[in-house]
Amino acid sequence: MDPLERYEPILDDFEAFRAACERPLPSVVRVNRIKATREQATRAFDEENVEWTPREWNENVLEIEGKPGNTWPSFHGWTHGQEEVSSIPAFVLDPEPGERVLDSCAAPGSKTTQLAALMDDTGLVVANDSNLGRLSALRFNTERLGVTCAAVTNQDARNFSLKPFGLSAFDAALVDVPCSCEGTVRKNPTALDDWGLDHIEGVAGVQKGILRRAVQATREGGTVVYSTCTFAPEENEAVLDYVLAREDCRLVEYDIGLRSEPGLTEWHGDEFDESIRKAKRFYPHHNDTGGFFCAKLEVGQ
Amino acid sequence: MSENGDDGTELATNDGQRFDRLPATEEDREVSGRASREEVLDWWDDRFGIPPETFEEASFWEKGKGKIWILDGDLESPVHIEALGMTFLRTRQRHWKPTTNAAQRFGRRATKNVVELDGEQARRFARGEDQEIEWDGDWGYLIAAHEIAGEIEPLGVGLFLHGELQSLVPGGRQRDL
Repeated sequence: MDPLERYEPILDDFEAFRAACERPLPSVVRVNRIKATREQATRAFDEENVEWTPREWNENVLEIEGKPGNTWPSFHGWTHGQEEVSSIPAFVLDPEPGERVLDSCAAPGSKTTQLAALMDDTGLVVANDSNLGRLSALRFNTERLGVTCAAVTNQDARNFSLKPFGLSAFDAALVDVPCSCEGTVRKNPTALDDWGLDHIEGVAGVQKGILRRAVQATREGGTVVYSTCTFAPEENEAVLDYVLAREDCRLVEYDIGLRSEPGLTEWHGDEFDESIRKAKRFYPHHNDTGGFFCAKLEVGQ
Repeated sequence: MSENGDDGTELATNDGQRFDRLPATEEDREVSGRASREEVLDWWDDRFGIPPETFEEASFWEKGKGKIWILDGDLESPVHIEALGMTFLRTRQRHWKPTTNAAQRFGRRATKNVVELDGEQARRFARGEDQEIEWDGDWGYLIAAHEIAGEIEPLGVGLFLHGELQSLVPGGRQRDL
């Protein structure tokens, strides 16, 4: 069975969607403001004759020609190769310098380093991942990008303990959960090879546990951002619906400057909370990106 | 092996599995052989002319034998986690050695023991190659730098001995540019 076919009823132009999924992704980097300004990074690209184009929605996200890793700005940690939609959740979270932020599923660290940069490398970003093997990539990236405000933990995010830090709550949490990765086919053509509804149901159970714990660990009035790189409503809207019914939190609107569709309120006979329309679905054919889902929540009523 | 502190009490040995904050000064030392915050700041000042104020907001930690980490802000010591801030400096050896990442992050403020490389030399350095260079300053660990986007930017740490600059860029950070 073709896993993406089941989304035909909810898409505006299924053929354009299919065609976009078959094209490779453009090469995109994010400027790391801990080590350089956008002007320094683009001037260095100019000196190397690397062509760059800023993305309209965010001037610190640049499309470049060629491999992003083989440039002087990359060597210096001025830029970080990061898929365009993957930079959405940290911008939506929009942390302030000095805040204390949890990144529940942090490896390999693109979003951790982005959060640290948005905080001017001050405060505390707790970068957690349950997979010990993936922590080396996370640490490599935080160090290369010059992050000094991050702490790396190896816990199951479903029962994350704040004990090592003597904190009672975080100001915010980024919950970019492991998912069925349907939105990454442009980067990885074999992403859907192991696709199955039982896998989606299993991973959705884990996602619910991780999001619940992140909401509990965030202070009243704090922000939680939930994201996946998949289209599956079972892992997106259904997870939000489950957590909204059980934890003290609500969906809030946000603006990111990229084209998106609202979160679904119905899927295969299941109805979801009306407020889930405030979540956004990003489709490959709308912005020439990978697929993505992102919701912003506020803790407390 | 144990060592006695200034007041005659026995010093503890380093526990390499957890993060312990460095003592403020030598007088506050409770763990044998552990560098103090003051010594670390003095070392960067003496070796590279990076002023101690640079690190005013930071705390320093040891985890592993002689591996010093820098964290923005502070936490209650000790901390039992995987990583805390950035690896910063190697102590417990005769010549202290800064990390590549610390040199890149803080080396812009250095005023001495910075060797400026030209385009080809910088590319060789980034590939991890050793090379002969003209340098009549101190021997030992230097910050290698080059000009990019109109400014001098640190590439990493080099070891200068007998007319040769060894690139200490770790394998995973080396690039053919």
